[in-house]
Amino acid sequence: MKRWCTTLAALLLVTATAACSDDDPDSADPGGDGGTTLTVFAAASLTSSFEQLGESFEKSHEGVQVDFNFAGSSDLVAQVQSGAPADVFASADEANMDKLTADDLQGSDPELFATNTLEIATPPDNPADVQSLEDLANPEINLVICAPEVPCGAASQSVAEAAGVTLEPDSEEQSVTDVLGKVTSGEADAGLVYVTDVITAGDAVQGIELPESASVLNSYPIATVADSENADLAQAFVDLVLSDEGQQVLADAGFGRP
Amino acid sequence: MARVHRDVGVPSWIFVPAAAGAVFVLLPLAAMVTRVEWGSFFELITSESSREALLLSLKTSTISTLACIVIGVPMAVVLARTEFPGQGFLRSLVLLPLVLPPVVGGIALLYTFGRRGLLGETIDVLGFQIAFSTTAVVMAQTFVALPFLVVSLEGALRTAGRRYEVVAASLGARPTTVFRRVTIPLVLPGLVSGAVLSFARALGEFGATITFAGSLQGVTRTLPLEIYLRRETDADAAVALSLVLVVVAVVVIGFARQGRTAL
Repeated sequence: MKRWCTTLAALLLVTATAACSDDDPDSADPGGDGGTTLTVFAAASLTSSFEQLGESFEKSHEGVQVDFNFAGSSDLVAQVQSGAPADVFASADEANMDKLTADDLQGSDPELFATNTLEIATPPDNPADVQSLEDLANPEINLVICAPEVPCGAASQSVAEAAGVTLEPDSEEQSVTDVLGKVTSGEADAGLVYVTDVITAGDAVQGIELPESASVLNSYPIATVADSENADLAQAFVDLVLSDEGQQVLADAGFGRP
Repeated sequence: MARVHRDVGVPSWIFVPAAAGAVFVLLPLAAMVTRVEWGSFFELITSESSREALLLSLKTSTISTLACIVIGVPMAVVLARTEFPGQGFLRSLVLLPLVLPPVVGGIALLYTFGRRGLLGETIDVLGFQIAFSTTAVVMAQTFVALPFLVVSLEGALRTAGRRYEVVAASLGARPTTVFRRVTIPLVLPGLVSGAVLSFARALGEFGATITFAGSLQGVTRTLPLEIYLRRETDADAAVALSLVLVVVAVVVIGFARQGRTAL
């Protein structure tokens, strides 16, 4: 049964891809308009910084277009594992990069290029008057954090443990953007998000620094992907991220140096 | 297939796209079944978080279905049995959640019943808090499931026509008696299938719930949310729970078919 299904699935897939490739040439194929496309899979928190670096890369590399796929790191690594055409992978944590290297799908050794720490975010008027991590233990306030299954949630747990505080969240969200959404809409009195998220959100939230979070750094690794058809370009993009220019863009967005 | 009558036969080529369609629907389900880790299946679906998610899903979907019946039946009757200016437009609006992405429904609910929403302060004054409560889950599910009941029932009402109602009224029955003794029994199959569809839709609700209600074990984390979260770390558990949801859905549909033939 299993084999029969797999065969049928494979057959359908082949037919589908064959049908598609007739009028849609492979994006990495440097034919047609003579352009090359570099596909970068990057953690959602890197969106604004990497888009800026992408533009800079396109300027310095004539005829190259940089396409981004921004999503949660675990989604991205799952896509690469199932054969998505990525040239570069930048993860928000080392655990997901480890999944890539465990399958031997990295083209270059992963290098750390940024760090991120947690901060408390409250609505601009801070209705529950939250000042510190201890305040978050108060069951009266509406606290929203990431679920322990995702990187920001794991970090939240570590920060709380390190400080000896028991958090009582009203909701454990799937991603840091969901937490931020609950805070900006005023549903939550406070949330734990990354420093970079607070900066991106601007006036929509108030950030409260967490001295306790300094010990829980989230490190971002980057690597080229093994099956990349543009290995040299992929490496050039990684080099740009690690260069002074790349580090400056990331610092402006609130990331720390590894 | 061999039993198709000569005189009313369908074109033979039509079986090809029909079979392709069936494969398209069934193959992904079969593929999922091949990925189930049967050895640990029972363990995975009976973990505390899984059980709580399943129970919460069944509980909230049942309440949402009842809510859909309570407000959906009058809506369908008004749409099917009365005429007023702008009715067509109103009907389209009522059916909107059917075509709206659920996450948009969640945002709309947030800006209505959220703490800073249109009615948020009023609700706050009354001493309720909808945010992050099971009530919010039920509201999200009712919002997306309601059109299914209204559409099914309105169709049934139109098909049934007004003949029996007119006769009952001419014999002296008051409108409420006609509604209770004639209209409802007449359209009961339509009502049942509408309610089952609403239940199924509520059971699968994800987008509006995660946007409006949040996600906390035992309070707001329904089975679809649990599956989505588990996928992050434990793909086996996600697949096992998906299968549970498929089985529940199949049982619900089977029940609906049984119910329809029995009625």
